[in-house]
Amino acid sequence: MYQVGNLVKELSDKHGRMRESLMPILQEIVQKHNYLTDEAMVEVARELDISAAEVYGTASFYTFLDTQEKGKYVIRICKTITCSMKGKSDIIHTLEDMLKIKVGETTTDKQFSLIETNCIGWCHKAPAILINEMPYTELTPEKVSTIIKDYMQK
Amino acid sequence: MINLLINDQKVSVQAGTTVLAAAKKLKINIPTLCNHDDLCVAGNCRVCIVEQKGARTLIASCATPASEGMDIHTNTLKVRNARKHIVELLLSEHRADCTKCYKNQNCELQSLANEFAFGDHIFLDLVEDHKYNIDRSSPSFIKDDSKCIRCQRCVRTCSELQYISAIAVSNKGAQMKISSFNNRPMSHVVCTNCGQCVNRCPTGALVEKTYIDQVWDAIYDPDKHVVVQTAPAVRVALGEDLGYDPGERVTGKMVNALRQLGFSSVLDTDFTADLTIMEEGTELLVRLKKALVDGDKKVSLPMFTSCSPGWIKFIEHKYPEFLPNLSTCKSPQQMFGVLAKTYYAKKRNIDPSKIVSVSIMPCTAKKFEADRPEMRASGFKDVDFVLTTRELAVMIKQAGLDFRNLEEAKYDSIMGDSTGAGVIFGATGGVMEAALRTAYEIVTGREVPFGNLNITPVRGMDGVKEATVKIEGCVDAWKFLEGAELKVAIAHGLVNANKIMKLVREGKAPYHFIEIMACPGGCIGGGGQPIPTNMQIRKNRMKAIYAEDEHMVLRKSHENPEVIAIYKEFLEKPNSHKSHELLHTHYIERDNY
Amino acid sequence: MENKGLNKVDLIFEKIEPKEVLIKAFKMSSAEIIQNILDSGLKGRGGAGFPTGLKWKYTAAEKSSEKYIVCNADEGEPGTFKDREILERVSDKVHGGMAIAGKAIGAKMGIVYLRGEYRYMLLKLMIELDSFHKMIKEIGYDFNIEYRMGSGAYICGEESALFESIEGKRGEPRNKPPYPTVSGVFDKPTSINNVETLVTAMMIIQHGAKNFTQYGTKDSRGSKVFSVSGDTPTPGIFELELGMSVQQFVNVFGDGDTKAVQVGGASGFCVPRKKFAETIIGFEGVPTGGSMMLFNSSRSMYNVLHNYLDFFTEESCGQCTPCRVGCQQLLKGVEKVKKGEAKPTYLNELMKLADSMKIAAKCGLGQSVGNAFKSIVGNFREEIIY
Repeated sequence: MYQVGNLVKELSDKHGRMRESLMPILQEIVQKHNYLTDEAMVEVARELDISAAEVYGTASFYTFLDTQEKGKYVIRICKTITCSMKGKSDIIHTLEDMLKIKVGETTTDKQFSLIETNCIGWCHKAPAILINEMPYTELTPEKVSTIIKDYMQK
Repeated sequence: MINLLINDQKVSVQAGTTVLAAAKKLKINIPTLCNHDDLCVAGNCRVCIVEQKGARTLIASCATPASEGMDIHTNTLKVRNARKHIVELLLSEHRADCTKCYKNQNCELQSLANEFAFGDHIFLDLVEDHKYNIDRSSPSFIKDDSKCIRCQRCVRTCSELQYISAIAVSNKGAQMKISSFNNRPMSHVVCTNCGQCVNRCPTGALVEKTYIDQVWDAIYDPDKHVVVQTAPAVRVALGEDLGYDPGERVTGKMVNALRQLGFSSVLDTDFTADLTIMEEGTELLVRLKKALVDGDKKVSLPMFTSCSPGWIKFIEHKYPEFLPNLSTCKSPQQMFGVLAKTYYAKKRNIDPSKIVSVSIMPCTAKKFEADRPEMRASGFKDVDFVLTTRELAVMIKQAGLDFRNLEEAKYDSIMGDSTGAGVIFGATGGVMEAALRTAYEIVTGREVPFGNLNITPVRGMDGVKEATVKIEGCVDAWKFLEGAELKVAIAHGLVNANKIMKLVREGKAPYHFIEIMACPGGCIGGGGQPIPTNMQIRKNRMKAIYAEDEHMVLRKSHENPEVIAIYKEFLEKPNSHKSHELLHTHYIERDNY
Repeated sequence: MENKGLNKVDLIFEKIEPKEVLIKAFKMSSAEIIQNILDSGLKGRGGAGFPTGLKWKYTAAEKSSEKYIVCNADEGEPGTFKDREILERVSDKVHGGMAIAGKAIGAKMGIVYLRGEYRYMLLKLMIELDSFHKMIKEIGYDFNIEYRMGSGAYICGEESALFESIEGKRGEPRNKPPYPTVSGVFDKPTSINNVETLVTAMMIIQHGAKNFTQYGTKDSRGSKVFSVSGDTPTPGIFELELGMSVQQFVNVFGDGDTKAVQVGGASGFCVPRKKFAETIIGFEGVPTGGSMMLFNSSRSMYNVLHNYLDFFTEESCGQCTPCRVGCQQLLKGVEKVKKGEAKPTYLNELMKLADSMKIAAKCGLGQSVGNAFKSIVGNFREEIIY
């Protein structure tokens, strides 16, 4: 859990308080904190004068606007057909072994979350993953383990 | 005008008319589910699809405006097959335990299934794949996601009519559902319990929480004395669930039926409606005096009515800074409840612990109101069980009463007398009209200057109404009001309440007194009233309310003999210490989510 | 059917001076630009293939002081990645195409809706957009572009869902009519065009409609960028002239063992080996937004279908019955048949359901789920059952 503090107010000043400001505000909260707490959504609802249920309803529509706690690094493994054909399962096994979590879980130190996602647009360089917004492609178990080790050092 | 063909019949309609409405004009029936007269077009259930010649796909008739030269067919094989598939698909996601369902035989999905999807179902049952939640947390209603067909009528109701959006659409794909804020229990979100969603839900996904069995238990308990009160709007709508047309008054038969059901005493909420006028009218005049004569800056004006529990919860959530503006008067239901276990008990010499107090309400929020911890001034739960108009109809059917052939009967006495002013509480503007009839007379000694006491500017279905009453010829005690213009406003439906509250917050509301009812049309359009509802049905009920008023001998609250008596014998005078103890309440600020 | 064979073209990534093209375009009247595009026969490159010139013409005809050009960069179709590549390599042409479209329809505002998965390139795009705005200013033209980000929702590639998303709502497709040309984003007349379409339009202005019409076929003019993936030795982006057969495509890109090609992504059609020769890639045959996924004989077409259906079941917006429930039924249905828990003939019921979804769903997503389903089940029935 993180504290939203003045963040929502600052973001509302920046992006505006219209309905169309909702997505940019939520996106920036997620960029900073990886997911949306209830408190954050309630604050956004207050600033934009819309109902909290609508903020939640909108956020929950979008895969990247998580309303469940996520780690500092969210690893999204593409599960669509080409990545699936080209060794997605090996990548997942490697990640699960390294991080000691299953797909859908977050490490106890809140550093990593592991989730599957739909096509991320790197089919010609499958298998591919996103770590937060950065794509990593043409992965092999060796390659992905080097990448994650780097993140662990950060 | 736009000319088109539907099933080879010519029809001309105005621009903007939907294909569905055009078909209706030709008396061609196209089935619908997500469509509702009170709400904006959704076009998402797809049941109303029809074939348009030349179009690649079928079109949703509810969502497609008629255009010149259209050639529409509503019943081709293509349409029928697709429609059957759609109904089957809805059924496959729906827990179809119809015989156990509260909405059995009153379910729009069931009706469609009867027409299109009888026999063996084509598709696999998906109910177990979904982890459906049943939320029984609200005292007013149950939200059963396993019955939900995602038509979003409830979501549109909560947003368009009520400005709450306590529920919204969440998630997507197979997981898409109707959720409160992050799936919190309905009892812990901004929901006002108004039940308008219940009125519009086509299935059993949203139903009132019923207390019928508890009431039967009480009736058959020889140790209990069960009093029942009936709200003004019930008598003009109950008939709809018993085979009558909207707008037929069934007051006398209803009273008789209640007696036949075994209630010990059949009494009238109209009595406490009259009492409310005495208390609330006096409260208003006192506030005006403090503000105008004493120059007391702390007096909160405009004053808001407080009879509608949905409205109360709305302001507690949304505009808590204006709670001091609410009249401190309890609603007529709760005044009745507390008096039943004090005044009535004393007069009838009954141990109040043996009294079970039941109310029949057009309302689901009343169930919540009765549960509020403040509502125990009698030393007991003032109102034990609240039943909706619909639940009463169920009881009447369960008892096998031949309702249509019942003799008309009169209410029992002690809290059974009422006036036309009490009756009109059931329609938007009614509390205002009743209050003006009494307050004007207190202040001037004369009747309100409107023909036959009918204060027409406060009547009708406009969302926000306003009126000004010039006060002239005051009696001595109220001389300070001489020449003053009393400005009043009325709103019904919380979306309209919100409009007024915005003005109030901005300091742009020049009113002294504002009546607000949570439901469209006031209590006649309440969340506990018979289903279906639409503007015409509400108008018919409203007409019936005013007819009921016109037929009363007494039409001003202060003339109600039992009201006069209760002040003499028990309460002393309006806003007395005793009144405050029993008939007034306070409010609490709530979270806005 | 016309067959042009497989020919590589270099139009989209061709080096040009955007400023010169824009100066040329801004000297033209709105009607002239639109006529050029109409003459070129350009059809939308996102997949649906609506004639771009007509879209611009309709939007231009609307009387409104506020109109929008929206660039659809919500490239979510499985197997498509060309828009990302175009934006990475020639964003100035995307922005330029928007300005030209703006001139054509009378819009001063452009919005690029970029899918959340491509956020990593936003910073670079912002820098490039800055230079573009400076250049436009130098020319003395008033046009402004904004970027709005998606957040992971395939359906937002549907034009009206995309508008809803820009407006801060759930990306649920709207009822049509009204069409975007009349009432699009913020309820204003809007021309929404795919990334590649806008670049192509700019190149048509550069080289003239005639140059464009020499490529392609009567129904599918010009060239387009293909995203090639799956069982191929050469996955990647290739700009090819329209009008080749699947066989010609497979001859170049296949691994020698190609069993099937999925043309147009998960919402497109599966072409089996026996139909390679007779199937033309284009609007006269199998239309595509550019996604070409090759499968060799080691692949189970059941797995392919299951993957697509799983995708749609998750990515449907969920509002309309045929799509929300239909996808679940198709998915669960093939699972049951595969496990032997439902009879093989149950596939016939599912085929009928797919037909109903095609004509009864609210938007293109639900309407196109049946494409993959019918073409895979139709051609590889035994692989679904056994």
